[in-house]
Amino acid sequence: MLILAIDTSAVASAALLSDDRAAGLDSSFATSDTRSHAEVLVPGIHDLMTAHNVGAEAINAIVVGVGPGPFTGLRSGIATARTLAYVWNKPLYGVMSLDAVALQVAESEAAVPEFAVATDARRKEVYWATYRLDADLRPHLAEGPYVGPAKDLPALQVFGAGAGLYADDLLAHPDFCRVQPDALHLGRSALARLLASEPLLDSTPLYLRESDAQVPGPRKRAL
Amino acid sequence: MNTREPLVLGIESSCDETGVGIVRGTTLLTNTVSSSMAEHVRFGGVIPEIASRAHLDAFVPTLDAALHSANVTLSELDAIAVTSGPGLAGALMVGVCAAKALALASGKPLYAINHLVAHVGVGVLQDPSPSGGLREAGLPTNLGALLVSGGHTEILKVERLTDSVQLLGSTIDDAAGEAYDKVARILGLGYPGGPAIDTLARTGNAKAIRFPRGLSQPKFMGSVEEPGPHRYDWSFSGLKTAVARCVEQFEAQSLEVPVADIAAAFQEAVVDIITSKAVLACREHGISHVLLGGGVAANSRLRHVAEQRFSAAGITLRVPALDLCTDNGAMVAALGAQLVMAGAKPSGLDFATDPSMPVATVSVAG
Ligand SMILES: [Zn+2]
Repeated sequence: MLILAIDTSAVASAALLSDDRAAGLDSSFATSDTRSHAEVLVPGIHDLMTAHNVGAEAINAIVVGVGPGPFTGLRSGIATARTLAYVWNKPLYGVMSLDAVALQVAESEAAVPEFAVATDARRKEVYWATYRLDADLRPHLAEGPYVGPAKDLPALQVFGAGAGLYADDLLAHPDFCRVQPDALHLGRSALARLLASEPLLDSTPLYLRESDAQVPGPRKRAL
Repeated sequence: MNTREPLVLGIESSCDETGVGIVRGTTLLTNTVSSSMAEHVRFGGVIPEIASRAHLDAFVPTLDAALHSANVTLSELDAIAVTSGPGLAGALMVGVCAAKALALASGKPLYAINHLVAHVGVGVLQDPSPSGGLREAGLPTNLGALLVSGGHTEILKVERLTDSVQLLGSTIDDAAGEAYDKVARILGLGYPGGPAIDTLARTGNAKAIRFPRGLSQPKFMGSVEEPGPHRYDWSFSGLKTAVARCVEQFEAQSLEVPVADIAAAFQEAVVDIITSKAVLACREHGISHVLLGGGVAANSRLRHVAEQRFSAAGITLRVPALDLCTDNGAMVAALGAQLVMAGAKPSGLDFATDPSMPVATVSVAG
């Protein structure tokens, strides 16, 4: 099975990956900044497909990170994934973006049985969730995702760029202080679930915050 | 690529309408729009984040509906066009990402185009429906465009639609439609303010109160030889403040607020200054034909006064069908088709959105 994975919950990234290692496909790109998604994402996907000589017909499914993440960037990936899935007539699945960091943790030597993942939610808050490593050594979501101040996290080791930003308020793992969700790990997480016939999400974004709009109150009358 | 009568799909998401239109050359095939207007009513104005969320969910269904209604497939298209600015940054982003994905997935060339010029581009369309507002196809020479909506107030000179458009004047603060919304809120008339004020104004006395005409003093206007800094520009924020003061004065004296008179006088001030400055700009730039665009084109008083004043100045005014005046994808497709026919280069896939794109940039160079 070959999937195209996209995540723009923090940086913009895309990956082509297959469960068949012999196919030699496990290729991805990711930007280093969090503000140029609309410019770089589609050209990046184009280059990825060209470099590996992959046409649309070879892709079995599209997977997209549904956040949480800053809204405008997050929507770039979802708008792109939904449109590609529509035109190519492929199944589209959503994956919670923090799962990508959790998988990286689980695959590393830093793995612990219970941990949290946090990313930057701006406005002095983080997006976070907690995970448990089960017997299969895969991370399973325990709680979340939430958005809130770093001091609200439980007393667990915290992984991800959100932890690095607030190392004074939580137990940040030093080796994971800059790690962001990325399409390659997001895609791997989805692939594991698809192969295990576990359910995935749809592509509805996890905003976790309302728009800032205020309903205007009645105008004050002059007396 | 068919460059004589190209089949072009246009995508618009700069404000609160998700639009997908399809044209063949200068023939309109479909104009499909999904609006999030109802979601903004309780806020009394467009909330950018709400508009962006709505664009994301409306895009694929709107695209699908447009393709069905025009009875064309993506593989038949010659090109895709998308509004890349000016507009709300987050809203533009959704349309641009979707358009790039569409271009990648279908292998069609993509044109990133200017929303304001697209409002003019709609003027080339022949509307096959019997109620079509356009009498003849094509754009005359010596063309100008007056765009008035909740998002913009501009007067343009259009030398050549595809590569030579000049901004003569614009609002320096609120758009005219925005002023209508704010004043409607002061008067308790609800959102959107344009239709509410237009309707109520018919029963009011426009001469009961005289509201200020922004940027009309000699120091701003100057003369033909020595134009002032804002000869063709508008300002509506002072007018909104004047309306608020006026209402407060009636209330402070415990008098009933003459809402209809205030609505009529406000509308008169807006229409008077928009049309007088637009006519002045056209006369002084040799413009003999003007195309009206933007949602405020639906305003009965603006249309009436504009028709009178332009015709008195020997200038022809053309008003497209209203659903082509408000933001829509057909205008984007229409301008896209003109660019294809003129041999313009596509924009590629790595352009950025530009929330303050100048009108001189008709399309983003590839
Ligand atoms: Zn517009």
